[in-house]
Amino acid sequence: MAATGNVERIVVVGTGECGARVARELRERGFAGAITMIGDEPHTTYERPPLSKSALISDEISPVEVLPVARLAEFDVELMSGTAVESLDRDRMLAVLSDGGEVPYDRLLLATGARARTLPIAGGEFALTLRTIDDARALRAQLGPGRSVTVIGAGLIGLEVAASARQLGCDVTVLEVAPRALGRALPAEMADVLVKRHAEEGVEVLCGVLPTGISRLDGGLAVGVEGFDQPITADVVIAGIGVTPNVELAQAAGLRCENGIAVNDRLRTDDPAIFAAGDCCSFPHPLYGGRRIRLESWRNAHDQAAVAAANMLDGDEQHAAVPWFWSDQYDLGLQHAGLADEAASAVVRDSGNGSQIRFALALDGRLVAASGVGPGTSTAKDIRVAEMLIAAGNRPDPEVVADASVPLKELIKS
Amino acid sequence: MSNWTRACGTDDIDNEDVIPVAIDGHDYAVYRSPDDDYFATDGHCTHEAFLLAEGLVMDNIIECPKHNGRFDYTTGEGKGAPICEDLRTYPVKVEGGSVYIDLG
Ligand SMILES: Cc1cc2nc3c(=O)[nH]c(=O)nc-3n(C[C@H](O)[C@H](O)[C@H](O)COP(=O)(O)OP(=O)(O)OC[C@H]3O[C@@H](n4cnc5c(N)ncnc54)[C@H](O)[C@@H]3O)c2cc1C
Ligand code: FES
Repeated sequence: MAATGNVERIVVVGTGECGARVARELRERGFAGAITMIGDEPHTTYERPPLSKSALISDEISPVEVLPVARLAEFDVELMSGTAVESLDRDRMLAVLSDGGEVPYDRLLLATGARARTLPIAGGEFALTLRTIDDARALRAQLGPGRSVTVIGAGLIGLEVAASARQLGCDVTVLEVAPRALGRALPAEMADVLVKRHAEEGVEVLCGVLPTGISRLDGGLAVGVEGFDQPITADVVIAGIGVTPNVELAQAAGLRCENGIAVNDRLRTDDPAIFAAGDCCSFPHPLYGGRRIRLESWRNAHDQAAVAAANMLDGDEQHAAVPWFWSDQYDLGLQHAGLADEAASAVVRDSGNGSQIRFALALDGRLVAASGVGPGTSTAKDIRVAEMLIAAGNRPDPEVVADASVPLKELIKS
Repeated sequence: MSNWTRACGTDDIDNEDVIPVAIDGHDYAVYRSPDDDYFATDGHCTHEAFLLAEGLVMDNIIECPKHNGRFDYTTGEGKGAPICEDLRTYPVKVEGGSVYIDLG
């Protein structure tokens, strides 16, 4: 199974953000061999982030393509959509398809992404989930003025859906089992800004409540909640309770999985011909002590695609990009760079005009994370600078960081 | 046919920065390079049409503030994913402390 010699055939499993980007990246790096992208969704490559935001609010959800069809042709990429890879024959280096076909590879990338978790309670199947464009269309068809919507889970997707449903005129309630919203994603102070905004829009976010079951009631649904006398009734229930990485294909092929398909910092699995990238993989992050993490973000899918492409072509690039994500709720834009678990102190930069940024510093003064929230992209520039400072292991002067009259950009120059 | 229109004063833009300029309902982004040269492009990113002017300018690159798509603002060339389409640029001239762009 040694993967040596010329790389002539590259197979990409999964045609999401990561798979599509890899195909483009391979060509931009001069790869002239065959690229076959195989995806089980019956669509061309499309972006997911708009599905809970701008697209969900529009009347008809049209896809934003990651690689427009014209580009696929220009890059001479074969796209097999509506086709699942059922198994990998690693000895013969073949991807075996749901229709029985076999596609040989010299290098194979697993970019299988993740799927929405379903609610593990009685009647959990009545709750919609949102991962694909088909999910978004099914959800959109249920939303409109006066419809009542219960969102289970106050994470990013749950709150984005809540904001979009509200903007479509729905009555929205969000239920979160944890003591606060966005516990996994953001510091409490930043989460509060968003929750407060939801309250101003008339969306109630109830934390510390445990849904126990969902049943049909009078043409609608009733969500039982522990400690509540009455169930919460709604026309639509949607669960945004996280995702599960799609590791089954890798697992069945005997590849190591630890909270995702386990790869090294070059995004290689233990099989030298097979790589994994995007939401499906876990990897050691050099900026955070080599700790194994898995990220579920658009930028990570793109960044890892570039590294995987280089290394499938026998390069030796390390994936060390600073984790970064954004969210949009109403007119508020959130951007976050870094991982905050080493945070020992925080510095706040209040830029007026409703924007603020929270910087997290480690004990040794290193900047480890920054989150900004404000109208539109008002904090973007500073978060981008913060990202560069985090990547460089910079220990910024907290007074300068807090002083909104000093452009943060000065710090990368000094 | 040229159609020179005043966009802003030369001092309205910091060195190595960008500002938004709206003319007749159309959004432009006007740049001042590290060498104090001036450039102009369409105001909206070609990815998902967010306004570019809150983005970070470094050397000849503007990074879109939404998803960090990159363009060379001197030529409009998109610099890799997620950008699939180049950005339209406009001729610029500086006269008497003002920046003019040729809207064509
Ligand atoms: C509604 C929504 C909103 C989001 N908003 C944001 C945001 O604002 N900011 C942000 O940073 N991130 C956001 N994300 C996350 C971001 O979209 C993901 O991180 C990104 O899509 C990951 O890309 P990927 O290619 O790794 O996986 P995916 O995009 O999930 O693609 C994987 C593809 O592989 C397919 N597949 C799986 N197994 C097989 C198989 N055996 N054979 C063939 N095909 C297979 C899947 O069906 C899927 O099409 C959002 C996600 C969703 C769902
Ligand atoms: S809108 Fe500019 S990169 Fe997405």
